Amino acid sequence: MTKTINLKLKVWRQKDSDDKGGFKTYYSRDISTDMSFLEMIDVVNEQLTLNGEDPIAFDHDCREGICGMCGTMVNGRAHGPEKGTTLCQLHMRHFSDGDTIVVEPWRAKAFNIIKDLVVDRSALDKIIQAGGYISVNTGGAPDANTILISRETSEKAFDGAACIGCGACVAACPNASAMLFIGAKVSHLALLPQGKPEAVRRVIAMVREMDRLCFGNCTNEAECEADCPKEISITNIARLNREFLKSGFFSSTK
Amino acid sequence: MQLDAKIPGGILAEKWDRHRFELGLVSPANRKKFDIIVIGTGLAGSSASATLAELGYNVKAFCLQDSPRRAHSIAAQGGINAAKNYANDGDSIWRLFYDTIKGGDFRSREANVYRLAQLSNNIIDHCVAQGIPFARDYGGLLANRSFGGAQVSRTFYARGQTGQQLLVGAYSALMRQVAAGKVTLFSRREMMELVVINGQARGIVTRNMITGEIETHAADAVILATGGYGNVFFLSTNAMTSNVTAILRAYKKGAFFANPCFIQIHPTCIPVHGTYQSKLTLMSESLRNDGRIWVPRNSVDTRSPHQIPGSDRDYFLENKYPAFGNLVPRDVASRNAKEQCDMGKGVGETGLAVYLDFEDAIKRDGKEEISKKYGNLFQMYEKITGDNPYEIPMRIYPAVHYTMGGLWVDYNLMTTVPGLFALGEANFSDHGANRLGASALMQGLADGYFIIPYTIGEYFAGTGLNKITDKHPAFRAAVQEVNSRTNKLLSIKGTRTVDDFHRELGSVLWEYCGMSRNENGLLKAQKLIQQLREEFWKNVIVPGSERDFNQSLEKAGRVADFLEFGDLMIVDALARKESCGCHFNEAYQTEENEAKRDDENFCHVAAWEYAGDGINPLFHKEKLIFENVELTQRSYR
Repeated sequence: MTKTINLKLKVWRQKDSDDKGGFKTYYSRDISTDMSFLEMIDVVNEQLTLNGEDPIAFDHDCREGICGMCGTMVNGRAHGPEKGTTLCQLHMRHFSDGDTIVVEPWRAKAFNIIKDLVVDRSALDKIIQAGGYISVNTGGAPDANTILISRETSEKAFDGAACIGCGACVAACPNASAMLFIGAKVSHLALLPQGKPEAVRRVIAMVREMDRLCFGNCTNEAECEADCPKEISITNIARLNREFLKSGFFSSTK
Repeated sequence: MQLDAKIPGGILAEKWDRHRFELGLVSPANRKKFDIIVIGTGLAGSSASATLAELGYNVKAFCLQDSPRRAHSIAAQGGINAAKNYANDGDSIWRLFYDTIKGGDFRSREANVYRLAQLSNNIIDHCVAQGIPFARDYGGLLANRSFGGAQVSRTFYARGQTGQQLLVGAYSALMRQVAAGKVTLFSRREMMELVVINGQARGIVTRNMITGEIETHAADAVILATGGYGNVFFLSTNAMTSNVTAILRAYKKGAFFANPCFIQIHPTCIPVHGTYQSKLTLMSESLRNDGRIWVPRNSVDTRSPHQIPGSDRDYFLENKYPAFGNLVPRDVASRNAKEQCDMGKGVGETGLAVYLDFEDAIKRDGKEEISKKYGNLFQMYEKITGDNPYEIPMRIYPAVHYTMGGLWVDYNLMTTVPGLFALGEANFSDHGANRLGASALMQGLADGYFIIPYTIGEYFAGTGLNKITDKHPAFRAAVQEVNSRTNKLLSIKGTRTVDDFHRELGSVLWEYCGMSRNENGLLKAQKLIQQLREEFWKNVIVPGSERDFNQSLEKAGRVADFLEFGDLMIVDALARKESCGCHFNEAYQTEENEAKRDDENFCHVAAWEYAGDGINPLFHKEKLIFENVELTQRSYR
């Protein structure tokens, strides 16, 4: 049933990447509990605009939980308190009247803050550029059904492929590690027969690029898994480590 | 100007083969001499950029998100069609072609649609080679399901995230070419202007969305893969930044706009629930495979759905269309839902919803099987509405979803501006007056992977292109235009926000240029939009400055363009004095209230030429010639 609530927001405001930034307090009134978190910020921004103030900058696009564009820390949790939920799919019915909500950008050495809640996640693209693909040019593929893949393998690969690249895993990790992101991609491709020929080269290149970009390492905190909006399991990190070790022991690629 | 679609001669099934042979080629050694700009990194843009780079061209790829992987193709849920006939149920290229052209209510080109059906099979092969985890049977073969407008199972799918998986595939291919140095990537850039020199598209002006800097880029050809304009309605299933700006700029620089009034309204979306609402969420059409759509038999029946016995339920699609049942095409399903609600039989708080019920499917197949097929969709529904669809029927209502209209292109996907191409939803070419489910992904990828890589060669091989840099005065003039528009938006300092104008524009169009239209309503909407446009340019408030990360300014530019574009949609809707597919003009309907075409007078593509601000656009007609299918009244009964 729809009802309305009043909230106090403490939002990180930062003019640009050089600015020091700080929290500012806003009051958000008569918020319908059917609203999404981003719609709640829309309402605050409409008011700020009418008052002649600069609205809060935040990334968002599809607003249906799949593009990976949105995401902030909400009360210290990446994408907020609900399990398996992107910020755009977090609804206000999960908050109570009178709550204070702290909203901050993703914080990681590899993610520069652009403005307010907006960060630069191009480092994730660079990791994919290092090897997150199967090298196949358009045109030469055999009939799709010549490659048999068991349902189980396909499903497992899918569990990794479900990653939306939002960066919540990095933001949630105390070491700002991107290993869940990389583990998901390495798993997706290494599990499939099409991805096997390049598996060794891929895992080495992606891990190297991760280190170069100043992402931290995994120390099994499992915070990434807890905050991942697609509930990608840390077994993918285990698989990443296995693939990486295997590549060191058994291959001539260094 | 006489429109020439450049459709090759010969019999239908051989046209594309023959055309590929006749197309001019650029030798591998010469390809690196050509620079190509691609705007948009959805399925069409990413696949085109990657494939052109693989061939050896220099590509600059632009997107307005922070990463190319976020383009809105990612949100497509249900699947992608292909004529593989893996299900052994009598499918063929010809059947996919026929279903698509019939589904489009005979307002698309035979040759284009046939080519699309042919290429559908190559797409699946390529995507599997890329590692897309399509659904599989226990034996390890690919699985298929059925979709609206078809009586065969030809839809390949990857859970309810087919668009995401296909896009990540195309994005990975693109990233591979970025690493190879053949694609230069420009993210967080918005195209502000097209630069045309000596009648040829030679570059673009972009805004760096982080710094606000205006940048210029010269090239030998420009490809627009910027998606559709459904957001003109404010509420749609499109992403928040989906816009008409790039194709509207192209239109104003001489590219004709085809069938702008052809808007697809998708039958299965989560209903509107409040004025603050920012977007609508689609529930995949695949749900109609197992869900049954119904309303209470009697109007204003306030009982909860479980308390309404079978005898008091009206399964209106199954009753009216026994052959296709709940799987009638989208336009038919949407109009029928609206009709039920107009009769007062709608459900939910607003009365603007119908039930989509899985009770029987769960009884038949078990909860686990249903969850395997639709688990993530059910979860998404519950997240948004707070209701559990395993226990309470979903409530759904139609919403704006896709635009069949777009820039007019010939068989080579080139617009009326030489050197300017349009791919995917940004062009008009393949879906006629209504798109069938699981066909958008197919078209975007066909255009990008398998058509433009060949046809752009013909343009380069047959065109004299002198070297031009962005120092050319035409770039300076374009930058000036952009700056003056931006300055104007920032200087108004009025009292109404951009969203407020956008919301009003959307409600006018939804009311008068939505699921059903009539002449009086359209004329009224035209006046209302004109007034709104005037008020916008006097009273909009856009905070912040130009050289900054300024999301309000971005939005203001897009909404200014939507306000201009809304008029073009209405001009087109007024000119098409028939009903066809999604365009339902109340004055033209059969006795059974179905769309009644007028093939004698309207079997054509309406292509509009910009004639100046405040002046009616010029009408051009491309007659549609059907040599292989008989034009029939669509019947799904």
